[in-house]
Amino acid sequence: MKMNKQSTTGGTTGRWGLGRFKLLAASLVLAATANAAAPPTEEVNTTGLAVTDDTVTVGILHSITGTMAISEIGSVQAEKLAISQINEAGGVLGRQVEYVQEDGASDWPTFAEKARKLLRQDNVAAIFGAWTSASRKAVLPVIEQYNGMLYYPTFYEGLEQSPNVVYTGQEATQQILASLNWAAEEKGAKTFYLLGSDYIWPRTSNKIARKHIEDMRGLKVVGEEYYPLGHTQFNSVINKIKLRKPDVIFASVVGGSNVAFYKQMKAAGFDFTEEDPLLLTISVTEDEIRGIGGENVEGIYASMKYFQSLDNPNNEEFVAAFKEAYGDDMVIGDVTQAAYLGPWLWKAAVEKAGSFDIDKIREEFAGIEFNKAPEGYVRIHENHHLWSKTRIGQAQSDGQYKVVYETEELMEPDPFPEGYQ
Amino acid sequence: MNNSALSKWFVSREGVYYLLLALLLVVILPLVLDPFRLNMVGKYLTYAFVALGLVMCWGKAGILSLGQGVFFGLGGYCMAMFLKLEASSPENTAIQSTPGIPDFMDWNQLTELPWFWEPFHSFSFTLLAVIGVPVLLAFIIGFAMFTRRVGGVYFAIITQAIAAILTILIIGQQGFTGGINGITDLQTLNGWDIRTDEARTTLYFICVGMLFLCLFVARLVQNRKLGRILMAMNAQENRVRFSGYDVAAFKIFVFCLAAAFAGVGGAMFTLLVGFMSPSFIGIVASIEMVIFCALGGRLSILGAVYGALIVNAAKSGFSESFPELWPFAMGALFIGVVLAFPDGLAGLYRSYVMPLEDRLFRRDKDKGAPVAGTAASKPAAANENDDEPVIDNYSPEKS
Repeated sequence: MKMNKQSTTGGTTGRWGLGRFKLLAASLVLAATANAAAPPTEEVNTTGLAVTDDTVTVGILHSITGTMAISEIGSVQAEKLAISQINEAGGVLGRQVEYVQEDGASDWPTFAEKARKLLRQDNVAAIFGAWTSASRKAVLPVIEQYNGMLYYPTFYEGLEQSPNVVYTGQEATQQILASLNWAAEEKGAKTFYLLGSDYIWPRTSNKIARKHIEDMRGLKVVGEEYYPLGHTQFNSVINKIKLRKPDVIFASVVGGSNVAFYKQMKAAGFDFTEEDPLLLTISVTEDEIRGIGGENVEGIYASMKYFQSLDNPNNEEFVAAFKEAYGDDMVIGDVTQAAYLGPWLWKAAVEKAGSFDIDKIREEFAGIEFNKAPEGYVRIHENHHLWSKTRIGQAQSDGQYKVVYETEELMEPDPFPEGYQ
Repeated sequence: MNNSALSKWFVSREGVYYLLLALLLVVILPLVLDPFRLNMVGKYLTYAFVALGLVMCWGKAGILSLGQGVFFGLGGYCMAMFLKLEASSPENTAIQSTPGIPDFMDWNQLTELPWFWEPFHSFSFTLLAVIGVPVLLAFIIGFAMFTRRVGGVYFAIITQAIAAILTILIIGQQGFTGGINGITDLQTLNGWDIRTDEARTTLYFICVGMLFLCLFVARLVQNRKLGRILMAMNAQENRVRFSGYDVAAFKIFVFCLAAAFAGVGGAMFTLLVGFMSPSFIGIVASIEMVIFCALGGRLSILGAVYGALIVNAAKSGFSESFPELWPFAMGALFIGVVLAFPDGLAGLYRSYVMPLEDRLFRRDKDKGAPVAGTAASKPAAANENDDEPVIDNYSPEKS
């Protein structure tokens, strides 16, 4: 079966395919220099990965069809952008990076099937992919069985630490603790209303939030509620919020439900810019605002590690490159940025290990730094999560966030937080 | 069927079709495909169980169920619960707050195993439940609907609603069911690691064996008086009722039969794929299963198998080759089939390939195979089994 193998070189997609001969000629001419730069394949690849003398193949596995496509396409774009930039900069261990893209189709079993295909048929050296917790849980046994390495971009609930996954997003405590502290200290919040979609990530996040609010800070949770994924009727919870008057609504509503929730809040007379109550979300990025509409969320606060408006030279370059590649009207959310980190961290680990072998690069993850991260600077913890800052942004009517707070230190990733279980 | 009848059957047209299918599944595919692809074929075959049930229920008896995913899912969940309990031994789950219970229960702050999980420690109970639970639910639904003479579109809508309800229930009760993640990370079956290539290949053959068993049962039902009553019910329900038959009982029976097939398919799916998730229970999955059946030809038992195989192979193939466009290709395939060949592949085969076959094999007629010449004249003709006369005019290929 013909695979969808594509490659990008020097930013001009497609030149590769036409220029096989040119490339061959060039590689003959440059044989001496190229081989000096690129260590021989049998040395850097002892486990039969798809590595040749001048290419290495990786897999991209996200949903580009189905309900999750709207969220995951940004990640696909970021990963492709990172791969083409890596190729432009000379590739990995002297090898150009090619990718095989598979569609998880928003369907968890399909994710498992495609992950198996990438590892068994294509022998990819890395998989950049999965988005929802459910899809990660579906591919995890496959990745572990065939000893692959998954670079997982989404902020998630923690309680997991696989030797075959690098978590480039935040685990729950990195998103929650600092933002609750901020709400309590900067905004003087005393009472909190926890609201989320009904699945593992919001439930775990709210469990941690409740422990932190009640046990660590001695404040009060006045309500905790969950609605099924895709739920669109929030009138009853809005009435309860009116009744209990919390200082903060802590929201982890995901996907399409957000559109209904924020519109109904607005229709019920809440103006988020008045901050009464203050709305703090851990699930609305710039991507979601595109669907909800900036005017409906103006004034809400989000706790993330990355906002498109972040003011640093790395991010300026990243945003410019992203818009050049995919158009000026693109927005970049937290997960998109985390997905962008995946290929770069893989490259760093491979080069540090001097090998594509999964077992060798696994040894090298701890302590790997990436200075060119759009979020500023990240470092891999020995638990395969990233040290990164927590930032709080306030939504503007144009759909962007204005950063109002960031932690001074990098937050330590702690997927199994003591005292929060 | 005595010995000579049996050997006669094997050289009959119908027998040849079954032999060809067996040859394809047992010999050709395992030789041609690597273990990874073979496992995928095994997965497609698990849908064939559902499609087979739909042939009996919808094609023969005219009861369209848009909720077969429910029974597939229940069978699958029963098996998954057993495997999950085995995977959650106290040693494996030592890092949890409560070791010895499945990981998702621990995440949801459950501290002990819910009562309905307890029996799934037993493998024999699980095997019973794989068929028993779907059949019980089908019986309850069937009894409630058919004795009140709810049928046709209304029944289809109700089955669809049940699929939606069960999905919401499973997703909502995530502490007990694993929620939207499903039950994942299944490892061993009575100590046998089901994730290795050898195990998956063995399971593939078990799956093929189970499929033939179900095909046999379906064929048995079809060729008995029972099958004729089902077909008659489809055509003229009231006449059957006025002839003194209890229509509701027959409908309940065939609906339960379809549920049992689907349950077996679901359990095989869990074993072959290594997890179970609510996405197989939902409305979309259930409708997809009707499409497998429609594409194969809803009157043809063998067509169901080919329908499930072809649709799923096309789905994998298209999505690997055109990850951004494959849903359109699938859509085109379905529209094309429904518009051009409403009787599905089996209908296509009957009208184009069979006449060809007849011309080819007519010469062999003298050799004693009671096959050829008769088959061309469709109605009531080519039935090989002299003691079991032909029962329907709709599916002369008798598969």
